[in-house]
Amino acid sequence: MLISMNWISEFTDLSGVDMKELINRFTLSTAEVEDIFEMGKNIKDVVVGRIIEINNHPNSQKLHLVKVDIGSEVVEVVCGAPNVFVGAVVPFAKLGGRVGDLEIKEVPIAGVVSCGMCCSEKELGISDDHSGLMIIEEDYPLGTDIKEFMQLEDIVFEVDNKSLTNRPDLWGHYGIAREIAVLNKRPLKPLEVADTSMYKDLTSIDLEVLDNQRTYRFSCITMDNIRKKKSPINMRIRLTYCGMRPINLLADLTNYLMMEIGQPMHAYDNRKVKDIRVKTFSEPFEFLTLDEQTRKIDSDTLMICDSKEPIGIAGVMGGELSSISDDTSSVLLESANFDGAGVRKSATRMGLRTDASSRYEKTLDPEMTVIAIERFMKLLMDIDPGVKVTSSLTDSYVQRYDSITIDFDKAYVDKYTGIDISSDMIEETLSALGFEVSRKGDSFSVLVPSWRATKDVSLKADIVEEITRIYGYANFDIYSTKSLLSPIRHSVERDNEYRMKVLLSDKYDMNEVHSYIWYENKINKELGIHTEPNIRIVNSVTAENDTIRSTIIPSLLGFVYKNVDGSPEMGMYEIGRVADGLTKDGLCNEKKRLGIVIASKLLNEKEVFFKLKEAIEQVILDIKNITPVFLENNTINKYNYVHPINSAGIKLKDQEIGYLSALNPKIRNNIDKKLNVAFAEIDIDDMDTIDTAALEYKEVSKYPGVTVDLSLLVKKDVRYDTLSRYIDMYPCQYLDRYYLVDIFEDEKLQDMKSVTVRFEFVSMDRTLESNEIQNMVDGLLTILKGKNIELR
Amino acid sequence: MLENLEKIKQQFSEELNAVNSNAELEKIRVSFLGKKGLVTEQLKNLRDLTPEEKKTAGMQVNKLKNEIEQAIVEYQKTLEEKEYLQEIENSEHYDYTIPGGRGAGTLHPISIVQKQIEDIFKTMGFIIEDGLEIQTEYNNFEAVNIPKNHPARDMQDTYYLDNGQLLKTHTSAAQNAIMKKYGAPKTGEPLRVLFPGRCFRNENLDASHENTFFQLEGIMIGDDISISNLIYFMKVLLSEVFERDVKVRLRPGFFPFVEPGFELDINCEICEGSGCPTCKHSGWLELLPCGMIHPNVLRMGGIDPDKYTGFAFGLGLTRLAMMKYNIKDIRLFNSGNIKQLRQFTR
Repeated sequence: MLISMNWISEFTDLSGVDMKELINRFTLSTAEVEDIFEMGKNIKDVVVGRIIEINNHPNSQKLHLVKVDIGSEVVEVVCGAPNVFVGAVVPFAKLGGRVGDLEIKEVPIAGVVSCGMCCSEKELGISDDHSGLMIIEEDYPLGTDIKEFMQLEDIVFEVDNKSLTNRPDLWGHYGIAREIAVLNKRPLKPLEVADTSMYKDLTSIDLEVLDNQRTYRFSCITMDNIRKKKSPINMRIRLTYCGMRPINLLADLTNYLMMEIGQPMHAYDNRKVKDIRVKTFSEPFEFLTLDEQTRKIDSDTLMICDSKEPIGIAGVMGGELSSISDDTSSVLLESANFDGAGVRKSATRMGLRTDASSRYEKTLDPEMTVIAIERFMKLLMDIDPGVKVTSSLTDSYVQRYDSITIDFDKAYVDKYTGIDISSDMIEETLSALGFEVSRKGDSFSVLVPSWRATKDVSLKADIVEEITRIYGYANFDIYSTKSLLSPIRHSVERDNEYRMKVLLSDKYDMNEVHSYIWYENKINKELGIHTEPNIRIVNSVTAENDTIRSTIIPSLLGFVYKNVDGSPEMGMYEIGRVADGLTKDGLCNEKKRLGIVIASKLLNEKEVFFKLKEAIEQVILDIKNITPVFLENNTINKYNYVHPINSAGIKLKDQEIGYLSALNPKIRNNIDKKLNVAFAEIDIDDMDTIDTAALEYKEVSKYPGVTVDLSLLVKKDVRYDTLSRYIDMYPCQYLDRYYLVDIFEDEKLQDMKSVTVRFEFVSMDRTLESNEIQNMVDGLLTILKGKNIELR
Repeated sequence: MLENLEKIKQQFSEELNAVNSNAELEKIRVSFLGKKGLVTEQLKNLRDLTPEEKKTAGMQVNKLKNEIEQAIVEYQKTLEEKEYLQEIENSEHYDYTIPGGRGAGTLHPISIVQKQIEDIFKTMGFIIEDGLEIQTEYNNFEAVNIPKNHPARDMQDTYYLDNGQLLKTHTSAAQNAIMKKYGAPKTGEPLRVLFPGRCFRNENLDASHENTFFQLEGIMIGDDISISNLIYFMKVLLSEVFERDVKVRLRPGFFPFVEPGFELDINCEICEGSGCPTCKHSGWLELLPCGMIHPNVLRMGGIDPDKYTGFAFGLGLTRLAMMKYNIKDIRLFNSGNIKQLRQFTR
């Protein structure tokens, strides 16, 4: 919103004030100022001149040679304006002067020297009217600098509208002036208004508010004999500077009032509108608004009507057919207050956000409606003294906001602020802001002014804000809290997450990625990945991605696909959320999952698979100090990207926490036939429920141990965990541990494989003799022989 | 006898010269000094001599024995040196310019920045918490004082789910659960919690708009937490985050979950406050919203607003990461583009 300092200065004295400093304080205490414009500085030496002679230009049909009397002399200029006439009084820019970016010099125009310029309103920057020269209607001596009667010089600042959303009182100059007056410690002048009580005996307007939900107040009056059509120049300048386009006196006045006190108003042609009904319609219909657009009106939209038909959309825009026109001399003036949310919703549904609706949606003060009418009348009658009031002020106050009184004491303010603000300063600040303050010592009872009581100020905490923002946050002493030193609760889960990330990134060369919480269905379709139905987003702007994922893997496979051309060697992981269906309360069963994918063209699929397996084992061991068990899991075959045979569930203690798999060849071929891919998903929430195994330190033997490598001939389809189970059958107190060294397969071995296992024997109390070792090995081999396993 | 010794000595030096390995050397040692070795035999022969002869001859035999032992030890050293030279000569000369690996893995830039900030806050006694990404309307809106008719609840910005829940639009959605989890703080021990999280806005993507982004929020609640404390902690913590002595500036700002609410600006580092395009010539950069937690929010979290006060602040983690790494396009974060992500090694 644009604010004119000239306008503000009508309401509070700004003489001798450093404007920029004041505007900066406004930013720090009230609302953010985005920009400051110095208006009129680029208009120099423009004076009142009268055109006294017009001749044709020798070389142009459009241009004229014009003699202008500027009091001290008569100047000849070339002028192209279509509305030149002898006797016209116009703004005339003298040689050496300036109009906007144009420096006025002696220049030949189409071969004739011109010594100055007659100006249009647009050239002076006071409107967008470039249809012809500006005609000065008032009577000023020729040669008078136009700045003497036109308020061209002004400081205009732009307030960020977003920072005003909670301040309905700041949507007009008078409210801003109140803030500025407080910051500047000078009084705020009362608004000059007309007295409507003298018309109370006139007939009232036939007004019926048939809606008591969304109407707070509807005030109106009629006036006749309005002769003036054009607004005074300074009113037009202000409107232009504040971003409004001057139209005609009545339209300009409604806009002026909206800009001045924030109250939207509407002037109906009293010839067309005699009475008022405020209501909604049960059936939708079409309505022609002031901007000549046909709008669809639904049953939720509050309408202003006369006794015959709709004439305006409440709080949004008036109708075209009832609006004032150039020959209007009698008006019905509306000044009303509607429910903010209702207006916002109507405006949003119609896609028609207007200056009026954006003010109403802030929840305006209903007390303003009558003040606005009285102010309107005062301004109109000053401009056009012949105006006749033809009705009494008709006012239907349907709903009132409660008046709000807040009790607090200085101690509360001290505690909230942490600093000492004196009771005198509290009283002074609140009074200046319009609060009615009753004070007993350090105890206060304040009545919130109506313009702050619609939603903005209702609590003690709100009062603290009023006091502190005027006090100035830059003036605060700042200090730490008086806290006891105490240890904080460790976030084990978060620490573990980082541990996993660092391990996967640093030890296994993987890159952490982030993907979306929904399935990217376009890519899934391309890759042939089927996903299960899950919770859906009902209103996504990207409609194809409407399903919340129940597993991370498709996201990661999508990333493999994206990267395969430029970078086929990859390891990626994500710790992200999925929704694993619904809980019995109907809420999403949100789970945190670790997804890992490894892809390579250098390693074969088996190598990729086992690299992944090692990483998983390592992560789990690192976090839980437990070696996970890998086992058959048929439930994961529901995912069509899981490999039909090369996949396994991951079990920790008694709980299955995830799985790993090679990529199903069908999906792999859609990514890249030569790419070897394996992936895994682990549920971190499930894993978190399992306690980390305690670390148990064991005393080691002082005596040397003996290692024996045995190469065992095992049938190819016997898994290592089976072999391991057989070995465990041999009871031997001196077998400290054993582990796999190598698996060798060869054509010569036919359907067998050679599995080399290293056994470590040790005793805690002596050195083992070689024949003892031999006996133990023999014992072990005997057991294995019973399982058809022989030494190679 | 002496002649014998001379012969043995002669024989030894001939055989020694022919030795090429430790094994051969050991063979010689056995054949001369072993139980049945030539020198040992000579010692046995001493039995047959007179005491006088025994003395002289004994000395001679022992001398020879020592000489041979000495020679063997020395020859062994020569052999080792020879073997060593041989091994070096046969060794492969490694190409130490071969790269050590394909290159280290990386954490996501968000994780890196998040960890750094969490560590800073931990030093000031903040607990790190997590929150759900899928939230109820109550937690996301009502519990943080955003009533039914508030524009923030209009459909267009929020992803609503078909079970009535929504994807959280801000980290504040975790406030209520956190307050309820920890309850009212003990005297003098304010509750300090930092909760980073992923948030969602239903909008189309471009270089500066993401529908999925990270925020970070912190609260401190106690029986004497004031605006003064808020400014102090913001100044101290942000100085740590930006690794410089930042100046902070508070302006009134409206957010339903705080009262009073502030927009916090920090002084612009680029122009040091004199004004530049980055700070739009104001000398200040708008950084984060903060404020005193609204009494209604405390009350809904089960904390009595008449006894306790607190402050809250929010920080755009994604934005912070963009500032730190000078990332111009926000879409990088969820792109899964390994060539880009690989660069964030610290």
